[in-house]
Amino acid sequence: MTRAKNTWWSAIPTHLVLLSMTALWVLPTLGLLISSFRPADKIANTGWWTATPLEFTLANYQQVLAAPDLAQSFVNSLIIAIPATVMPILIAAFAAYAFSWMNFPARDAIFFIIVGLLVVPIQMTLGPVLKLLTDVGLTGTFPAIWLAHTAYGLPFAIYLLRNFFGALPKEMFESAYLDGASPGTAFFRLALPTSVPALASLAIFQFMWVWNDLLVALIYLGGRPAVAPMTVAISNLVGQYGDGWQLLTAAAFISMLLPLLVFFSMQRYFVRGILAGSVKG
Amino acid sequence: MTRFCLNTTILLAGIVTIAVPLALVLYIVAVEALTNTLPIKTQPLIRPWLWLMPALLLLGIFLVYPVVRTIIDSFYNATSSQFVGLSNYSYIFSDTSTQGSMLNNLYWIIFFTGLSVAIGLMMAILSDKVRYGGFSKTLMFMPMVISYVAAGVIWRFVYAFRPPGSPQTGTLNAIGSAFGASPIAWLIDPLTNNASLIFVGVWTAAGFCMVILSAGLRGLPEEVLEAARVDGATEWQVFARVTMPLLLPTIAVVATTMIINALKVFDIVYVMTSGNFNTDVIANQMYKQLFISRDIGRASAIAVVLLIAVLPVMLLNIQRFKAQENR
Repeated sequence: MTRAKNTWWSAIPTHLVLLSMTALWVLPTLGLLISSFRPADKIANTGWWTATPLEFTLANYQQVLAAPDLAQSFVNSLIIAIPATVMPILIAAFAAYAFSWMNFPARDAIFFIIVGLLVVPIQMTLGPVLKLLTDVGLTGTFPAIWLAHTAYGLPFAIYLLRNFFGALPKEMFESAYLDGASPGTAFFRLALPTSVPALASLAIFQFMWVWNDLLVALIYLGGRPAVAPMTVAISNLVGQYGDGWQLLTAAAFISMLLPLLVFFSMQRYFVRGILAGSVKG
Repeated sequence: MTRFCLNTTILLAGIVTIAVPLALVLYIVAVEALTNTLPIKTQPLIRPWLWLMPALLLLGIFLVYPVVRTIIDSFYNATSSQFVGLSNYSYIFSDTSTQGSMLNNLYWIIFFTGLSVAIGLMMAILSDKVRYGGFSKTLMFMPMVISYVAAGVIWRFVYAFRPPGSPQTGTLNAIGSAFGASPIAWLIDPLTNNASLIFVGVWTAAGFCMVILSAGLRGLPEEVLEAARVDGATEWQVFARVTMPLLLPTIAVVATTMIINALKVFDIVYVMTSGNFNTDVIANQMYKQLFISRDIGRASAIAVVLLIAVLPVMLLNIQRFKAQENR
């Protein structure tokens, strides 16, 4: 292969564009990270790039962890996100299994409706759901948001798992049935264990989605510190900035810690989930 | 008091985390035990519905019923007590603030989608050419896991503005002043504020586009690209005449996902400007109608407009899925 253009300098524009874009994508986060270790008066009066290691302090983090509302909001985020991740995955797995390996009337029609629900804006549901939750006295409680996030996560979860279950070899199930296994046994012993990668991708997605959500929490939980997750607590703090800036830096970073950890440790599952969810086929 | 509150909530969460999955598994075990006692012929008639029931119940209560209800409410007054025909719609299409929001959403659709896809495509192509490409991709992709709320905080530090003369604490204005430009109030100035918000969106979304487009690029037939090169096509010609047409279906998928995100955008605007200074978007207008004006009719009408906007994408998705199933 003769490619005349492969001289060392022809790659310079590529490097230049790539490096400058990467820098543009990293610098804002880096700026916040550095700011979060700087004393309040420095944050207010000088830029993060003037920081010297000598001035670094953990004071902002201590202040956030000592602020009862913020510490509570971190716990609340966990309390909201864990059940709201486990519930939809299990419920979706049951449904996806029925869609893939059972025959019943209107199966395809129901599944198409679920595919349609994938893009329905959550805004469409806020008013009526809020009214329902208020009528049964659940507004502002954790069960309200667990149920809401579970339901909102279901279309994507069912879609993803159905694609995955549907691609499992038919023979596997047939021989299991011949050996006398019931659909329940086949589900727990065959379908679930072989789908661990898909379940992992899904868990990461749902967890991120719930952890990062602002709108659903804002509406069904309100701003009450006893139940508000970190996103709501931070956005309240943004409203009263001025003296709060140094708190905001540390709080924002604490809220990013868990998603970033999950991201860097399980990037492969994350990418796989994105690909399976959007360009399947 | 807080300590007590923390402890009980943690306890509650612990119980729920263990009890809920257990209850769900027990449900299926019970369903199986029950159906297995039925005659062999009736089992397949009952079983699927029992497996589907939890999902269908939740979807019905939290998605299907509310959508229908919202469509009905959009033809009723603020408290849903009186039929008002199309007056909510004529209000939202004539009110200047909702009109402004729709225009802003249009900007979001055009520039957020265009920039995210363009940058994603560029990075997907370029990162395959260098050794540190994977590292570069990871860093570009990272903002995707950061909440819009945290992204809003991050970018407030980039856009921070202080009056001319005082040292600038915002990254952008500091760079600007180093070159002698006067500082700009990025989030307030009507010339820059929408663009500034949209760029935060692009920052969170371009990595997503990059990952999908990158996988699309890998899936292209290498022989076709090589054949074009052998025939003497320049790299640019290969890109424009071969890569792009082949990649078009993937680009379409990514772009429609971005358009939907642009229509639904809420958090970034809510956190960074609360929709002030003419930066409002329809999702935030709806939030305001629902919670500040307490007007269910108008809020519902805005939601229906949003639904109509995503309807083509919804039909497209279903069609795509049907085609995929029949293959």
